[in-house]
Amino acid sequence: MSVDTVANAKATPQVQQPWAELGLKADEYESIKQILGRRPTSCELAMYSVMWSEHCSYKSSKVHLARFGQLEKTTPRGPLLAGIGEQAGVVDVGQGWAVTFKAESHNHPSYVEPYQGAATGVGGIVRDILAMGARPVASMDSLRFGKLDAPDTARVLPGIVAGVGGYGNCLGLPNIGGEVVFDDCYYGNPLVNALSVGVLRHEDLHLAFARGTGNKVILYGATTGGDGIGGASVLASETFDADGPAKRPSVQVGDPFMEKLLIECTLELFQAGIINGIQDLGAAGISCATSELASAGDGGMHIDLDLVPLRDNTLTPEEILMSESQERMACVVEPANLGKFFEICAKWEVLATVIGEVTEGDRLIIDWHGETVVDVDPHTVAHEGPVYQRPLTRPAWQDTLIADSTDKLPRPQTGIELADQFLAVVTSPNQADKSWVTDQYDRYVRGNTALAQPQDSGMLRIDEATGLGVALATDANARFTMLDPFVGAELSLCEAYRNVAVTGAEPVAITDCLNFGSPEDPEVMWQFSQAIDGLIKGCQALGTPVTGGNVSFYNRTGEVNIMPTPLVGMLGVIDDVRQRVKAGFRAEGDLIALVGPATPGTGGIDGSAWAQVVHGHLGGKPPQPDYAAEQGLAKLMIQAAKDKLLASAHDLSDGGLAVALAESAILGGLGAQVALAGDDFEELFNERPARALLSFDPEKRDVLTSLANAHGLSLQVIGRVTSIEEISVAGSFSVSLVDLTRAWRNTIPAALGIGGQD
Amino acid sequence: MRVGVVTFPGSLDDVDARRAVTLTGGEAVSLWHASDSLQGVDAVILPGGFSYGDYLRCGAIARFSPVMAEVIKAAHAGLPVLGICNGFQVLCEAHLLPGALIRSDRRTFYCKDQDLRVESTDTVWSNAFTPGQQINIIIKHGEGNYQADAETVKMLEDENRVVFRYINGNPNGSLHDIAGITNERGNVVGLMPHPEHNVDPVTAPTRDGIGFFESLARYLGALASRTQGGTA
Amino acid sequence: MAKIIVDVMPKPEILDPQGKAITGSLARLGYSGLSVRQGKRFEIEVDGEITPERLEQATQAADSLLANTTIENYVVRVDQ
Repeated sequence: MSVDTVANAKATPQVQQPWAELGLKADEYESIKQILGRRPTSCELAMYSVMWSEHCSYKSSKVHLARFGQLEKTTPRGPLLAGIGEQAGVVDVGQGWAVTFKAESHNHPSYVEPYQGAATGVGGIVRDILAMGARPVASMDSLRFGKLDAPDTARVLPGIVAGVGGYGNCLGLPNIGGEVVFDDCYYGNPLVNALSVGVLRHEDLHLAFARGTGNKVILYGATTGGDGIGGASVLASETFDADGPAKRPSVQVGDPFMEKLLIECTLELFQAGIINGIQDLGAAGISCATSELASAGDGGMHIDLDLVPLRDNTLTPEEILMSESQERMACVVEPANLGKFFEICAKWEVLATVIGEVTEGDRLIIDWHGETVVDVDPHTVAHEGPVYQRPLTRPAWQDTLIADSTDKLPRPQTGIELADQFLAVVTSPNQADKSWVTDQYDRYVRGNTALAQPQDSGMLRIDEATGLGVALATDANARFTMLDPFVGAELSLCEAYRNVAVTGAEPVAITDCLNFGSPEDPEVMWQFSQAIDGLIKGCQALGTPVTGGNVSFYNRTGEVNIMPTPLVGMLGVIDDVRQRVKAGFRAEGDLIALVGPATPGTGGIDGSAWAQVVHGHLGGKPPQPDYAAEQGLAKLMIQAAKDKLLASAHDLSDGGLAVALAESAILGGLGAQVALAGDDFEELFNERPARALLSFDPEKRDVLTSLANAHGLSLQVIGRVTSIEEISVAGSFSVSLVDLTRAWRNTIPAALGIGGQD
Repeated sequence: MRVGVVTFPGSLDDVDARRAVTLTGGEAVSLWHASDSLQGVDAVILPGGFSYGDYLRCGAIARFSPVMAEVIKAAHAGLPVLGICNGFQVLCEAHLLPGALIRSDRRTFYCKDQDLRVESTDTVWSNAFTPGQQINIIIKHGEGNYQADAETVKMLEDENRVVFRYINGNPNGSLHDIAGITNERGNVVGLMPHPEHNVDPVTAPTRDGIGFFESLARYLGALASRTQGGTA
Repeated sequence: MAKIIVDVMPKPEILDPQGKAITGSLARLGYSGLSVRQGKRFEIEVDGEITPERLEQATQAADSLLANTTIENYVVRVDQ
């Protein structure tokens, strides 16, 4: 077996290399040769190909993401401590505390192997948070599947849910919320977006650097195996003898126990103050960690690849560089601190190995069996990948879609018909109870969960003495985004903002996870660009900066792209979690009110859950966002929570008032009698933004009304909470709360069975 | 009241157990799995989690840790020991309690606010409750299905050693709806539900877990006055 | 390298939820009349020859750690 050394690469410039099989384009391969002044060695080719992939280099999205740079780096609570470019953004939440949060997609691996794909998705994002020096304290997961009754959903969903739970539960991280959405467009391409949140003191913030000549580079955690390097076998076949390499798995397998040890060990290393630079190993493994660490520092780096502890001795150097084995971290440590470092690792039974050191100069040099196989400028690997200005085209069908409004769809003609449609929407898969999923997650561990699903946002106590806490919500409205990607992204942002606000927290910053189809399709790139601009406009209006994010392209089944799905994760801050407001009605006799813009908007039936559930229809125009009203609503909610004016609050979003009313009643176990001004159908099902359903003691009515008016909102009392177990809409219908609750709870178990594996 | 909380690699609810001890007026003492010292504590809690990843069987590897050798010795001598969830599994593996916990009949992890009935108040960890009292405590596990041979179950029932029983639905298929049991002496109790979570109304649906710690305080108080009485 | 195999099975009288689920699943796939119980197989690589002492050592390991004899039976054998 021969190794392709740098010397060999210089001597044999004409050798044919499998750059195309590794996903590189001809001009990308040419620019690698230009950078190096020779052909790359097969190890270098491995590194460039993974680091210049869409997934690692953001080559199609970079020019668009750059526009986020125009946003202020300030939240309503002060400047960001770290922003885009770090592994995760860091937000000052006050009292010396900082919070870091980020979402990441693991869509394709979760389709191939649902359990491991989802599990390693959780593991990866948790290590991102850990690398910031923060203790991971909670997770959330936004999951999207094909139709609930589709055969493949029965395979993919239970596996993904078990994977999210199996990994997250074993790490001891409460899972405090997320979404479960069903739509035909995700059939064959489920979306698994995992969000992790971590907490640290300001003084403990750590960024990845590798400075100081002579400092050691340490790889610690799990050993390196053949995980996730299916693609690299092309290279192996070049360098192996006739008998060829063993088949490499393209699936990574997670070990949450190892990750739990890695978390505790890393936090103790931080505490000891002996980490100079740190990087988690995710996609692109050692290629990424070494090039990122080296290019972030002020020196070069020398790595001896023979020192990497292997789980599989047949791995080639190319494969070691590309391996995506999980539960590994790399860091830079001063020689004087090595003893302490190994002592802490030994305590946690974590394997740690010095694999190289920081050197003079600016080259990343990697040796294998005493010969140099990589000699590159690490910056060219990590940060100077190709950047594409891909063509954009507004789809020709967009106007047809917009013209196809819901105006022509038949409305319910009788109270009975309206009642049937109310039941159908409330108990439809997207609106029905998600306990089947969320009960497989531990929401209580660590003892700081102040709110979890099915509440509008998850909420965590950060400081046990003062009650300081954070709230988090994730939302994407792909249907609105399909109709108008700009407005749909704005509305997704508004929904996340509102979900945080109705619990009494102040929305402060977002992270995003942008799931789109193929970037090589100009129509998808147009959707993407529009969505970015929509988010920028919204973030400017709401004063919430983007702290970081993730892009997932190539989400499609065959030639059909998914609906554009820009997920927004909103972080909020609450001064005392004891003031939080829950969604369920609390007491008989309380008034029920709808709060929203003083001048009601229009539309809201196009793209609604009603249109989807009752007519299987998607077309028309989404409603317009109302930023002033969203901000007014947030201010009202924060004040009302502080002054304990509310018994409950629930945002209006998918399914409109119908779903908010039903959920408030079901969660509280109390009925509701309401009378609606205007057309009952429109009132129940329109999905106009900036509105919430409140309940409160009648004595609080006047003070809440003037508070709402002071924030430019109208508060309209529509009824009363009752102990009669029914929801009645005066003049139209009443439905039994018992029947409604049973049906709402039964939708998902009926489709998937109790344990889901039968 | 000094209460030791053991941390095994993979323990998760050790933080919560320590918080519950402190909230209820005790002093929480961290005990490390690799140490053979119990630091003179008055009681020990084996917390929930996935010790050693639960890779062989839940609790099977933790049972052989150095600290467990001391816990086993001390338990036989009467030291109060509470095993919660993974801790219950460790106690069964260590044969401090009979039977075993296997995969739940629903075959998934299940997190729920669970109704229980206190069946026996004749233990160190349940004497502050009233017999038959209904409480609600969080459960969260995938392997909480209590199994033992018929003879053992009969013995537990006859000797009133089933301390907590699931009511309004059995979440995991355990025999006789058993949620928690005790040893003959009543100083060792193991249960799947998590009383350490139910101590603060902000983070849990009830505060019914406080009774466990009150029970311990009462027992230790009585023990102290008895000892004093004996030496006076 | 020589290997000792330890097979661990749930005792016949003990409920086996996983085996039960697999049995049900097989029936639905059309494999009727099959009843499954799920166990574990441990492969223990041994330095040198497998002697009676080695087998005894493996048996003790099985009895104390690999199996929970409250709910499981085990069989120790030499890999052929």
